[in-house]
Amino acid sequence: MDRAFRRKLTNGVFVGACGLATIIALAALVLILWSLVKEGVGGIDGKIFTMTQPAPGSPGGLKNAITGSLMMCAAGMAIAVVVGILAGTWLAEYGGQTPYGHAVRFLNDVLLSAPSILIGLFVYEIMVAHLFGHFSGYAGALALALLAVPIVTRTTEDMLALQPNTLREAGMALGAGRGFVIRSIIWKAASAGLLTGGLLGFARISGETAPLLFTSLGNQFFSLDMAQPMASLPTTIFQFALSAYDDWRRLAWVGALLIAVAVLAVNTIGRLLARETHRP
Amino acid sequence: MSTAAIDSFSEARPARAQSALGETIFRTLCFSAATLLMAALAGVVVSLAIGGWPAFHKFGLGFITSTAWNPVTEEYGAAGPIVGTIVTSILALLIALPLALGVSIFLVEFCPKRIARPIAIAVELLAGIPSIVYGMWGLFVLAPWFATHVQLPILMDFDSNSLIGRIFSGVPNGANIFTASLILAIMILPYMAAVFRELLLTVPSQVREAAYGLGSTSFEVVAKVMLPYVGKGTVGVIMLGLGRALGETMAVTFIIGNSHGFPHSLFDSGSTIASTIANEFAEATSDMHTAALIALGLVLFVLTFAVLATARALLAGQKN
Repeated sequence: MDRAFRRKLTNGVFVGACGLATIIALAALVLILWSLVKEGVGGIDGKIFTMTQPAPGSPGGLKNAITGSLMMCAAGMAIAVVVGILAGTWLAEYGGQTPYGHAVRFLNDVLLSAPSILIGLFVYEIMVAHLFGHFSGYAGALALALLAVPIVTRTTEDMLALQPNTLREAGMALGAGRGFVIRSIIWKAASAGLLTGGLLGFARISGETAPLLFTSLGNQFFSLDMAQPMASLPTTIFQFALSAYDDWRRLAWVGALLIAVAVLAVNTIGRLLARETHRP
Repeated sequence: MSTAAIDSFSEARPARAQSALGETIFRTLCFSAATLLMAALAGVVVSLAIGGWPAFHKFGLGFITSTAWNPVTEEYGAAGPIVGTIVTSILALLIALPLALGVSIFLVEFCPKRIARPIAIAVELLAGIPSIVYGMWGLFVLAPWFATHVQLPILMDFDSNSLIGRIFSGVPNGANIFTASLILAIMILPYMAAVFRELLLTVPSQVREAAYGLGSTSFEVVAKVMLPYVGKGTVGVIMLGLGRALGETMAVTFIIGNSHGFPHSLFDSGSTIASTIANEFAEATSDMHTAALIALGLVLFVLTFAVLATARALLAGQKN
């Protein structure tokens, strides 16, 4: 009796502890989102999107930062999607099982989880210190691309591997070459999955700050010239949040809210799409 | 009509030759993209090694063992940030691991299926929040709360010379090693929980049901059957979390206090490798300063690479 009671008690405590851990994790999410909404929503108005960043004390918005972020992310994604889909295709369809393929996959994983600030250092060494001689939007875009490529590659490989072999065989039986089958059958069948890879990559890089600090640097003026230093939402938030001015801090909260909402939305859409693909 | 037949025939040939060429081109393109990935990683390592070489060359082993980090006298010893990185990561791991275990066990074992999915998605959302948002939240919400509700009471109630007073001594502003670890823990929790959940789902239901059939309680099934079953994979999950924590930059930069040198207590300000680079690189005063920061980057890369390689080896062993 005593022993049975002790076992039941242990079990009860254990289940309770597991439940508590879950509640703590959910509470953290709610607390963070709540602070974002509380501090950020009040500051959202037309000026955020139509005015560039202000001097402390005067009205302004985040137009230059938002534009810069969009441009660098778009350019970064353009590179990442091309390289990532091709590399993922090679891993899934051609050489994935060779020793070389295993090596590529391993290094892709390393790149996937390499600290983003190191990618920034690398791009700084190449583009800023040697190629251009100064900070530029292109350098920022390349750093972001390097962060997104491994995600796109990984997702592409996973999604192509999900496609049934009968599809490939059917295509080849009609006389189509391997590359043709991949391009016009497999890619089409996996298109939602490929889009997922792109979206997940986009979600990852749009909130990245560290690799932009010393590649695109930031720019307090509105600029569309990617050969020059370029503003971005995360670096502007960083600068404003650590400043001593209340109105800059308010803008930082608004920026943080915008970025969090955008990233979470893109992430969720990506995951929903992935689920569609998984369904046979 | 015969000419038309000949025409179509003669057209078909170049088309076929073209398609064979196209095949080769496409294959080569795919191969080059994969190779480009490898080149990128190699480039990261090589550029860090070359950029950091002057610092390694000048300070030798002292770069890692000395705590003198002084851009004015051009002396660079990185023991402070290196220790800061390791301490915050391990603390974060200690906080996050029980939570991640709890969450994943709860979702797999105890939670009704209908609410398990929304909860899993919510926890995954936590992973999607950009690190700069964590940083702001830590600086403006967590740190002030921590200072008034944890640090001040401890300062008031304990003599600064007593053991507890020394462990928890520090400026009561909430920006210290411990709060940085707390933020890191929240950040790595979703990753660890997700991987651990996948691991637990690989336990065959027969094994679980057999244990239940013998009259085990849920606790006994989890502790004595499921956890031993996933075994090495657990270590893989831990290393994965550690790898994430080591390289995290922005959130830590906001809240760790950014002072060089050894942290002397749990509530002392400190710095990590990543936060030092983020803070100083754009304003590096001299070539040697830049080189020292890049050398720090290489140290960080080696740390994370070792941890990740171990994690992968252990997780791969589990899946087979």
